Amino acid sequence: MAEITLKDIIKEENLVYKRSKIMTNKTLSYCPGCGHGTAHQIIAHTIQDMGIQEQTIGVSPVGCSVLMYDFLDLDIQQAAHGRAPAVATAIKRLMPDKFVFTYQGDGDLAAIGTAETIHACNRGENITIVFINNGIYGMTGGQMAPTTLAGMPTSTSPYGRDTSMMGNPLKITELLAMLPGTYYVTRQAVHTPRAVRQTKKAIRKAFENQKLNRGVSFVEIVSNCNSGWKLPPVKANEWMVENMFPFYPLGDMKVDGELVNK
Amino acid sequence: MEKELRLMKGNEAVAEAAIRSGADAYFGYPITPQSEVLEHLMLEKPHERTGMVVLQAESEVSAINMVYGAAGCGRMVMTSSSSPGISLKQEGISYIAGAELPCLILNVVRGGPGLGTIQPAQSDYFQSTKGGGHGDYRLIVLAPASVQEMYDFVELGFNLAFKYRNPVMIQSDGIIGQMMEKLEIGPQKQRRSAEEIAKQCPWATVGKPENRERNIITSLDLVSARQEQHNHKLQAKYKEIQEKEVRYELINCDDAEYIIVSYGSSARLSMKAMDILRAKGVKVGILRLITLFPYPTKIIQELTPKVKGFLAVEMSCGQMVEDLRLAVEFKKPVEHFGRVGGMVPSPEEIVEALEQKIIGG
Amino acid sequence: MTEEIIIAGFGGQGVLSMGKILGYSGISQGQEVSWMPSYGPEMRGGTSNVTVIISDERISSPILANFDTAIILNQQSMDKFESSVKPGGTLLYDPNGISIPPKRKDINIYKIEATNLATELGNTKVFNMLMLGAYLKIKPIVKMENVIAGLKKSIPERNHHLLPLNQKAIDKGMESVQKV
Repeated sequence: MAEITLKDIIKEENLVYKRSKIMTNKTLSYCPGCGHGTAHQIIAHTIQDMGIQEQTIGVSPVGCSVLMYDFLDLDIQQAAHGRAPAVATAIKRLMPDKFVFTYQGDGDLAAIGTAETIHACNRGENITIVFINNGIYGMTGGQMAPTTLAGMPTSTSPYGRDTSMMGNPLKITELLAMLPGTYYVTRQAVHTPRAVRQTKKAIRKAFENQKLNRGVSFVEIVSNCNSGWKLPPVKANEWMVENMFPFYPLGDMKVDGELVNK
Repeated sequence: MEKELRLMKGNEAVAEAAIRSGADAYFGYPITPQSEVLEHLMLEKPHERTGMVVLQAESEVSAINMVYGAAGCGRMVMTSSSSPGISLKQEGISYIAGAELPCLILNVVRGGPGLGTIQPAQSDYFQSTKGGGHGDYRLIVLAPASVQEMYDFVELGFNLAFKYRNPVMIQSDGIIGQMMEKLEIGPQKQRRSAEEIAKQCPWATVGKPENRERNIITSLDLVSARQEQHNHKLQAKYKEIQEKEVRYELINCDDAEYIIVSYGSSARLSMKAMDILRAKGVKVGILRLITLFPYPTKIIQELTPKVKGFLAVEMSCGQMVEDLRLAVEFKKPVEHFGRVGGMVPSPEEIVEALEQKIIGG
Repeated sequence: MTEEIIIAGFGGQGVLSMGKILGYSGISQGQEVSWMPSYGPEMRGGTSNVTVIISDERISSPILANFDTAIILNQQSMDKFESSVKPGGTLLYDPNGISIPPKRKDINIYKIEATNLATELGNTKVFNMLMLGAYLKIKPIVKMENVIAGLKKSIPERNHHLLPLNQKAIDKGMESVQKV
């Protein structure tokens, strides 16, 4: 039997995955195993599949994904901490035919930017919000986030989040689903190929919805932060499944403007 | 064409000017004494008149970030507020300055600090002219002294903002905002088309076509050497503004022995004081600042050898007077007079201050 | 010509709109005009005043300590502004609601029973037009045609059917003013 070389394997017919052309050649600044890169890829593929690169404007947050503009080949405006929904509101109102999305972490969206998030959703801005919830402040080095679980240790809750003193983890996505201005609200993950496929469908729907002009499409992605959680990537994902998913259950909360009964 | 004359409040004049100058958007939040700007805009249905977007935001913080977003897509956008609200906007203004975006901000100043009072003041001079938020940056600051200037400075402000890709502030106060005066209004200008905007603002984030690099609007650069270069570039721009954009009005300065340096409503009060003093035979002139930044240092240096002294009249405890002292370089006496906390000096008090502090002093 | 006027009374007496009509009248005959109200909580239900300046020249200060004319509509305003009338100046008031009439000897004092006359005319809202008529009789600084033009500009179009009533009130005010 002849020896199989790389040349024999790298062929068009064997291709199962190709990097989106919406991704730049820049090396991602995210830690190995982090969900941000996968989430970026999903958004990039969605924009590529829909053929809307020229019509899309992204708004990047403050947090690990502040440099999103380095990785996505799109026109992108970087917003102050928490203010992405306000920035996106203006962009969409002035260019209603464009596709406008924000990409925000939990500290950005659910702590400092709570007012902007709730009011953009309440006004029913016709935008897509992608919310990465990993229960911790990654960029600043692992401090407590609004979504940090009860008892979960972080650098500013070193003995675990004491809810009597530090408040409770905030289920902001459930809260936003209750607002009449949201049209599509879902919670997804990117830790398995199956979850990635689901999330890709959700992101696609969230972008397609902008053609309908019915309000905010909101996609939460529960993700890991192996550096902040101080766990190796595989263990971090296991911890996420065991601890995060019971409190932040995956699935649709609101579809086509109707709350999903569970 | 016959001139169209109106009797309007300064705040309403700004709103009308925004519509007529072809502005694309206004984002604001109510606060006394400037709520008439948003009220007039809502009443005038600019979305029907010109397609202009007007939105009441949930806070001043949100409003200035909407301004940032709209400015990022090359739009003519403005906001307005009064002192406490302007403090809230400072983070956003710093981002706008750092990202070099054009926009117009109106501050109808009221007395502070804190919640202070709703009555007029000029105690935000430092905040307006020295940056206001974090980092080394400057705004171009225009100081209207009449309802007509409130109107005219909207278009002037937008022109300067786009010329220099820099935020422009109109620093007014409760008097100029609340009073009505005869106002000559201009014709309706067409808003720019999307194509014109893309051409005028090739940096704008309006969607990346195949044939150009992506546009990124950010004030972040983690490479310090590049961030330093960026700061130097900004400073060079401010220097150019200082060289080219100084605006002021000289009133009766040709034979003046004493000069009142003032701006906005204080300059109006000072004009009355000047009339009283001139009637007494005292040769007083007024240097009325129209731009607070850039400060008219050069004309002050030209006037210094010709006069016996300067009196800075401003409704603050002494802010603008610092720039006056820097310009005069201690070559002639410089004194300050002002009422604060929402109190407005009477022309008679200004007369007395000049007589006691400069002539008698 | 420069005329510096303070109009002062309660909110709801038409203080601000009377000033506005005067202002528009001045503009209609090509003059410079400023109109500076008191603003803020004090204007909600409380006292209200407006400084109106009409001039052939550029107007300096829109806020003044002394006035050529004071139009006084309640006691608080009398207490506050009687002393602010320039010597030789004019004070016009409605005795209704005034318990301490003006005492100064160095100014010209006029009165008009505007509250009562407005009731007679069947519309208390024309109170301020009676005062305006009285003022214009004393100081005809603006021509009547320009006052009518000013009225048209200050009153919303849906209320233009009230123009004849307002004009009647101005005429009545001119007839009824008395020197004290």
